[in-house]
Amino acid sequence: MSKLQSQKNYEVLREQFKKERDPERLVVSLCAGSGCGASGTKEVMKALEKEVLKNGLKGKVEIKATGCHGFCEQGPIVVIYPEGIFYPKVKPEDIPEIVAKTIVNGEVIENKLYKDPLSKKRISKGKDIPFYRQQLRIVFGNNGLIDPNNIDDYISMDGYSALVKALFTMSPEEVISAIKESGLRGRGGGGFPTGIKWETCRKAHGDIRYVMCNADEGDPGAYMDRSLLEGNSHSVLEGMIIGAYAIGSNQGFVYVRNEYPLAVKNLGIGIKQAEEYGLLGKNILGSGFDFTVKISRGGGAFVCGESTALMRSLEGKVGRPRAKYVHTVDKGYRESPSALNNVETWANVPIIINNGPEWYASLGTEKSKGTKVFSLVGKVRNTGLVEVPMGTSLRTIIYDIGGGIPKKKKFKAVQTGGPSGGCIPEDFLDLPVDYERLAEVGSIMGSGGMIVMDQDNCMVDLARYFVDFLKNESCGQCTPCREGITQMSEILTDICEGNGKEGDIELLEELATMIKRFSLCGLGKTAPNSVLTTILYFREEYEAHIRDKKCPAGVCKALFHYEVDEELCNGCHLCALKCPQEAVTGEKKEPHHIDQDKCIKCSICYEACKFDAILIK
Amino acid sequence: MERITAIKGELQVKIEPIDTVYLDKVLEQNMQDPENLIMILQDVSAKYNYLPREVLNYVVERLNVSMSLIYSAATFYKAFSLKPRGKYIINVCLGTACHVRGAEKIKESLEERLNIHEGETTENLKFTLETVRCLGCCALGPVITVNETSYGGLDRGKALKIIEKYEDEA
Repeated sequence: MSKLQSQKNYEVLREQFKKERDPERLVVSLCAGSGCGASGTKEVMKALEKEVLKNGLKGKVEIKATGCHGFCEQGPIVVIYPEGIFYPKVKPEDIPEIVAKTIVNGEVIENKLYKDPLSKKRISKGKDIPFYRQQLRIVFGNNGLIDPNNIDDYISMDGYSALVKALFTMSPEEVISAIKESGLRGRGGGGFPTGIKWETCRKAHGDIRYVMCNADEGDPGAYMDRSLLEGNSHSVLEGMIIGAYAIGSNQGFVYVRNEYPLAVKNLGIGIKQAEEYGLLGKNILGSGFDFTVKISRGGGAFVCGESTALMRSLEGKVGRPRAKYVHTVDKGYRESPSALNNVETWANVPIIINNGPEWYASLGTEKSKGTKVFSLVGKVRNTGLVEVPMGTSLRTIIYDIGGGIPKKKKFKAVQTGGPSGGCIPEDFLDLPVDYERLAEVGSIMGSGGMIVMDQDNCMVDLARYFVDFLKNESCGQCTPCREGITQMSEILTDICEGNGKEGDIELLEELATMIKRFSLCGLGKTAPNSVLTTILYFREEYEAHIRDKKCPAGVCKALFHYEVDEELCNGCHLCALKCPQEAVTGEKKEPHHIDQDKCIKCSICYEACKFDAILIK
Repeated sequence: MERITAIKGELQVKIEPIDTVYLDKVLEQNMQDPENLIMILQDVSAKYNYLPREVLNYVVERLNVSMSLIYSAATFYKAFSLKPRGKYIINVCLGTACHVRGAEKIKESLEERLNIHEGETTENLKFTLETVRCLGCCALGPVITVNETSYGGLDRGKALKIIEKYEDEA
């Protein structure tokens, strides 16, 4: 393929790709993201190819391995276009029937359709499923429609047209004002206005400027950046090129976690294809503007998501943050002005340029515009990636889209913002989610992790989990963070092991305040959030651990034991069969008994019992 | 002084032959630039499963940097190990979503089964058990990976079955 030399060249090519892709043609889209991959996409793909060949459909139906469709719980997902018939949890053995009935005859196979757990109704089209119906997927929408390793697909859906518009009809300053007017804020957690960041970087003193994409998605429980890079890396690249044009940069970097091998691979292919078309490299589309992008793979350190640490890591050094009295937009990578934005932020840029800042600013709340992708995970029926306008309530996200809490359990809290965020209790379920509202209740937006917890999750254990995580991830150079978090971890471990003392809660609060005030970087400054919010909203649980030596949720092993409720137990014997320690005994149809000396509290019996006869005491 | 000897002791467990052809290729791909050190070490790790001392000496020489610089990066980043690791590296995801769905229990049962603790390698150099904070398959938790393959929606039984499959392989 020869390089595109002008706007005209691009437009001719785009029209050609559009023509080649009749919207009425038969396409089988199979999710090949990491999530569905772990559920067995490869085998489904093989079966599909074999079956298409066998039925002589080669050339008549297009099989497309796409990026993440978002509804990971139901993977592997197969969607058949043009109708959009949605088959969840597809196994290789389902394929012959799907090909024979749906692809050949256009019949819908009723019993393979998605069944709504609430209404118990079968739903044939993806867009009618409650999980998708209430979303607004402007950033994520194309993920299920394009082949991430085929740039032609992206171009056929007007991909890179925002770049053309910016390069040929807008000055760099006009691009910056459009981003400023749109109200776009950093999606990586900080929520800093993107346009202002770009403007400062453009005006900063220096000859060379860099733009960077932060794909070091370290927040455990969030994976939208991985899914975007895997499924639609061109949208991120296009955003970066526009940003580079606006800022006046010729060199960009994507700093991506090495734990995301598929994202690294697909991004690499994306860069190569964009270079082949002349959309990256020297003299982009004949505009005279040069820009190249390099991938840098991270070494697995959470702190490298922090801007100054990330830039040290890019320089091949140990990723230790520095104080930010000099901002990275003035002096970042190689001491030059550097604009760092998150993956999702970059992916928003082409959308704003294409649709105009006014349209974008019409979505969301007063100070938080556009949409946000959340990774809705944990104890919720429909887990997956959810994109909604800013200001959507937690209740809508968790209950209407997420389908509520499974197994008739009770909602307890939702944790937003990852290790730096906080837990939000039931009282605030109607909170509209935006940067300000989350901060008001002590949490943060973060990169969009949303972990739902039910009655079986212990909040003290959760705080201990996050503090432990941060203890291991602290770079160790500043004392408040290194020593303070270690002390908090020790106190929390004591509480969870039944060695909590009166005054521990107050001591935790004091430590937390100190760590927040005096830590050098964002990791330390936000580290105590999970402890502070769990104390604020679930103090009685801490007190139960410390005073009564009980873990009400039945998580902290030293603080509870299982007992059989003799009235509820009908002696079905299931728990006894499943117990790995042979600790449960009893005759069939007679109440059973747990031998406390043998029991290792593995919770297998508790989860197996269908009659709620195993009690946490 | 004592600490350094201890470190040396660990490193001398196994003498690796230096594959200069591979290393030269890696260094060339990374333009022999110390700025790409982390990626160079990743490629070394991909081949040897750890960072052998002899290989690091070679990297020091070719990049013209100090061993202390390499050592600081090798010990700072979680992806690197200075000790030999097993043929199959099992990573148990302990991300939040996996944690709330009982990842800890999966880790415990694997520890019991393989008779090693987190971060250790079995004597026959077959398995290394590690933990990772999030693999980004949060909707399918608990998740483990064995080398590059991911397995989702696990419980104890399913996790042990996966390990059995690898145990049976030569």
